[in-house]
Amino acid sequence: MQHALTITNLRKTYASGVVALSGIDLTVAEGDFFALLGPNGAGKSTTIGVLCSLVRKTGGKVQIFGHDIDTAFESAKMELGVVPQEFNFNQFERVMDIVVTQGGYYGLEHAVAVERAEKYLRRLGLWDKRRERSRELSGGMKRRLMIARALVHEPRLLILDEPTAGVDIELRRSMWKFLREINEQGKTIILTTHYLEEAESLCRKVAIIDNGEIVVNTTVKALLSQLKTETFVLDTREDITTVPQHPVFRLQKVDAHSLEVTMDKSQSLNDLFPVLSECGLNVVSLRNKSNRLEELFINLVEKKLDE
Amino acid sequence: MSMSPQQQYNAFQTIVVKEVRRFMRIWVQTLIPPAITMVLYFVIFGNLIGRRIGEMGGYDYMQFIVPGLIMMAVINNAYANVVSSFFGNKFQRSIEELLVSPTPHYIILAGFVAGGVARGILVGLIVTLLSLFFAELHIENLFVTVLVVVLTAALFSVAGFINAVFATKFDDISIIPTFVLTPLTYLGGIFYSIDLLPEFWQKVTLLNPILYMVNAFRYGVLGVSDINVWVALGMIILFTVALTAYSLRLLDRGTGMRS
Repeated sequence: MQHALTITNLRKTYASGVVALSGIDLTVAEGDFFALLGPNGAGKSTTIGVLCSLVRKTGGKVQIFGHDIDTAFESAKMELGVVPQEFNFNQFERVMDIVVTQGGYYGLEHAVAVERAEKYLRRLGLWDKRRERSRELSGGMKRRLMIARALVHEPRLLILDEPTAGVDIELRRSMWKFLREINEQGKTIILTTHYLEEAESLCRKVAIIDNGEIVVNTTVKALLSQLKTETFVLDTREDITTVPQHPVFRLQKVDAHSLEVTMDKSQSLNDLFPVLSECGLNVVSLRNKSNRLEELFINLVEKKLDE
Repeated sequence: MSMSPQQQYNAFQTIVVKEVRRFMRIWVQTLIPPAITMVLYFVIFGNLIGRRIGEMGGYDYMQFIVPGLIMMAVINNAYANVVSSFFGNKFQRSIEELLVSPTPHYIILAGFVAGGVARGILVGLIVTLLSLFFAELHIENLFVTVLVVVLTAALFSVAGFINAVFATKFDDISIIPTFVLTPLTYLGGIFYSIDLLPEFWQKVTLLNPILYMVNAFRYGVLGVSDINVWVALGMIILFTVALTAYSLRLLDRGTGMRS
């Protein structure tokens, strides 16, 4: 299978001396839905900046669908659409003009750019806003506008830097649906996100970048399988006066009606309920305490810091 | 899969249309002020003071200053258009829309310069029409007149581009026009023939590029010039080529645009 993206020994040291990337290697297969995770300042945005030529790399090689960004930059850029983290369109321009103009920058005939702009503005629910100036849009609409703009030249690789930051849940879900659809239609997608639930829900592969290095590069499934324990929060009907003791489950009182239980993945919750019943506690609901990927992510990054 | 000539043309056209649309949208800021300023020059310098001055270079003072004032309007507006538009794009980060695209650097520069030339020429035309209320104007050499206007507008558009590349705040885009462009324009022979200056200052004035533009344009309109017109045209082309090469180098290096 062809690689949508191949990064080899990518390095970036800023003029201030800050080393943002210290030799990362990464490949993303065509058609993949890939998550690039990492704490703030880890090097995610620098990596994206290099890919779309807004950041000059210090060393290394980047190929987009086999086109080297140094020697065949026009071809490489034709294949790439980028949705940046910060709004970077003219706030005084109209929504339609922003998308059509971007099409023109990629060499599209005006009529084709207009047609594509309509297609993507409709799909992203912005068609009714096409005549409005971009500054009048809400935050979520501005993000969708940037997605429409990035797609107008129909790139094969779409990179989204924190696409759902500051977007409400409903809108986030509709954006996920849209991204899943275009991925199923063959578009390769790479996204960075702070919402690890987003990566878990959308992506098949994940790389974690920290301090300018790739510390994990695997499938989401394989990463989650590394989890040895899980924590649940149980809500009880009765007041919890004493915390039940158990040799295997680790139980902790959260408040008068909630207990936290940490258990190995090899254990079953079924074994816990009789213990609680004996103490006169009936469970009315339960939920995962934290996002599982988030837990792993923190473990990995903290482990790296300890080393 | 690099950009075909047709795709490059589409990209160029997109930039030009966007630039023209921008200055037309804010016509109250871009087209009206130079018209008012020039009418004041015509009334005060040309009409009121000019009547007491008499002839200069064999023409009425009003006729003498009209070409220079038209040229001043072209210079200021071509420069202002590119410096404010390009810096505005940098400030809002919308320049990234262009930088991430495959549009070649020379097309980016050509697009912004064409926008500056369009505004320079449009304002030049407005001022020329207004000047007809104050002086008779017949064009002595249309080819030279048009060539000088277009080249001068292009030169100052490129100069505005360079200013915008280095500018990091709004103050930076007014420093050069205030402290460099305005003095050079006023000392560039718009209001006087350099023959009036002592020999030493005549030689110093020859270092001022605007002198060549004003005189070449005056030659095109009136048929008189302090400088040989071909030397003047040569100087304008030389400055334009040099600044264009420098601008392309700045774009290739990503100065002020890429980190």
